Amino acid sequence: MLDARSLALRRKVVETMIAGGRGHLPSALSLVEILRVLYDEVLRLDPARPDWPLRDRCILSKGHGCLALYALLQDKGFFPEEVLSTFCRPDSVLGGHPERGKVPGVEASTGSLGHGLPIGLGYALAGRLDRASYRTFVILGDGECDEGSTWEAAMIAAKHRLDSLVVIIDYNKQQSYAGTSEVLPLEPFADKWRAFGFAVAEVDGHDVPALRETFQVLPLAEGRPSAIICHTVKGKGIDFLERNLAWHHKSSLNSATVDQLFAALKG
Amino acid sequence: MRNTCLNQVHDLARKDPRILFLGSDLGAGTLQAFREELPGQFLMEGISEQALIGMAAGLALEGRIVYLNTIATFLTRRCYEQLALDLCLHKAKVRLIGSGGGLVYAPLGPTHQATEDIAILRPLPGMGILAPADATEMKRLMPATVDYDGPLYIRLGKGGDPVVTPNEPFVLGAPVVLRPGQEILLITTGTTASLALETADRLAASGHMPAVLHLPTLKPLDLEALKTYLAPMRAVLTLEEHHRTGGLGSLVAEVLAEEPFPFPKRFARLALPDAFAEGYGSQASLMAACGLHVDAAVAAIQRLLV
Repeated sequence: MLDARSLALRRKVVETMIAGGRGHLPSALSLVEILRVLYDEVLRLDPARPDWPLRDRCILSKGHGCLALYALLQDKGFFPEEVLSTFCRPDSVLGGHPERGKVPGVEASTGSLGHGLPIGLGYALAGRLDRASYRTFVILGDGECDEGSTWEAAMIAAKHRLDSLVVIIDYNKQQSYAGTSEVLPLEPFADKWRAFGFAVAEVDGHDVPALRETFQVLPLAEGRPSAIICHTVKGKGIDFLERNLAWHHKSSLNSATVDQLFAALKG
Repeated sequence: MRNTCLNQVHDLARKDPRILFLGSDLGAGTLQAFREELPGQFLMEGISEQALIGMAAGLALEGRIVYLNTIATFLTRRCYEQLALDLCLHKAKVRLIGSGGGLVYAPLGPTHQATEDIAILRPLPGMGILAPADATEMKRLMPATVDYDGPLYIRLGKGGDPVVTPNEPFVLGAPVVLRPGQEILLITTGTTASLALETADRLAASGHMPAVLHLPTLKPLDLEALKTYLAPMRAVLTLEEHHRTGGLGSLVAEVLAEEPFPFPKRFARLALPDAFAEGYGSQASLMAACGLHVDAAVAAIQRLLV
C-alpha cells in the first residue's frame, strides 16, 4: 500500500501531466519512491543553493521520467508550485525532458538514453580529483541499459574504484514496445553489474523502509561503485496503468480518464 | 602538428591545474613526460569514445578544461550525439583533438579518414572548429583554446607540414592572409594552405596576382572580415581536404549567396568528391587521386576567368 506522501506526490505528477497535456506517466510513477527516499533522506542538498559545491549530484538519466523529478524538486523547494502547471508550455522551464541550467536542481540535460552515466562518471571523477565529499547518483531506466555507452562508463567507473558513484536502476521490466525480457533481455542483470565491478543490492523500489535501509549503507562496498537494482512496477499506484504498455506515450486525455486517474490516487 | 599540439597541452596543463588530458587508447608512450610530471591531470580510459565524451562533459561541468584526443573519425562520426548533447547543449569546455583530419590516414582506408568532420560539426550550436595550417600556427593557437566558453574541435593535419603561416598573434575567428593579391582569391583551411600557395605561384607565373586567405577558425568566424576580403575579388576558389558539401566551400558559398556584393563573383570549390576514397597509398597520392592537386586548382581558376 502506498502511504499518504506517495499518493500526494503521484497526484502532483498527474496534475503536472494534465497541465502539459502529455508526459511519460507510467515511467514517472515507477520512480516516485526511489526519488522520494533520495530527496527526503539521502541526498545532501540545499534547495536555496542549487549550485552549492558540496551538494550530492543526482542525475535522472532516464529523462522521460522527469514528471516525478519535477514533483520532488518542487516539493523540496527548488522552484514554486505554480511552475509545475507550466509543464511543456512554450515559455516553461519544464520540458518533456529535463534541462540543466533551466530547472534548478537538474544536474544534466537528459532525454536521449545512455548519457547520464558517462556524465555522472565525470562528476564523480572530478569530485575525487578535488577531494570533495559529494556523491554522484545516476538513475537509469532498465531500457537504457540496452545502450553501450552505459556499460562503457560502468567499466571506467570500476577501473577508478569510484565508490562515490551510485547507480540506481528503475527496473520496471517494461520498455516502450514490450517487456525488457522480450525486446532485449537484461538478465542476469545483477550479475552483469557485478561482473562490471560494481557492488550490487536489489530492493523493492516501492518499499520506502527497504529503500531507506539500502541507501543508508552507501557505498555498498569500499572501493567499488554501487548499483542498486530497484524492482518496480511501471505505472505503479494507478491500477489501470500498471504494466499497461498503451500508456507509455499516452498524450491525449479526456475528462473521464482524468477523473479515473485522480480517483485511483485517493488516499 | 600532433606532437606540437599535445606538447602544448602539457605546457598549458603545467600552468593551469584545471586542464586535464584525456585519451582513449593512444599509441604507447604518448605524452609520457606529461604523465610522469602531472599524473593527476592525465587520463587514458579505453576505446569507449561515447562514454569518454560524456565523462569529459561531466569533468568540464565541474570546472575542468578537458583536452580529449583520439582519431578524428571516432570523435565525430561515432559520437555525434554525445557532441551535440553532452558537449554543446551543456556548453562544456572540452577540446576535441582530432587526429588525422582529411586523408591523413590514407593507407588505413575510409574507416579512418575524417572527410566530413567539418560539415557535421558546423551546425552544432556553440561548437568551435579549428584547422591550423602548420605546427607553428598550432603552437600559437593552443593558448587561445583554454578559455573558450564551450566545446572546440581541433583538426590535426599529418605533421611535418610546410610552415606557411605568418608569425603573428593568433586571434580566434580571424582569417589569416597568407598572400595579398587582387582579382583572384584562393581560400583554404588546414593544411591545404600549401596547395593554395603553390596554386598561387603557378597563377603568378602566368601574370595573375592571386590572394591567398587561410581560415584557421571555421567557427566562430569573423564573417565581416571574410566579406571584406571577398568584396574586391572577381574569382574565388576554395580548397579543402574535405567533402565538397558542408565544409569551407559551402561556408564561402553561403556568404557569397547572401551578401549583396557590389559586383558578382565567379566561384568554384576544390574538394573531395561525394565518394569514399578508392585506394590507399600516401596522403599526397590519395589527394591527387581525389582531384586535390595544383593542376586541378589552376584549371578551376582558369575556368572561372573565361
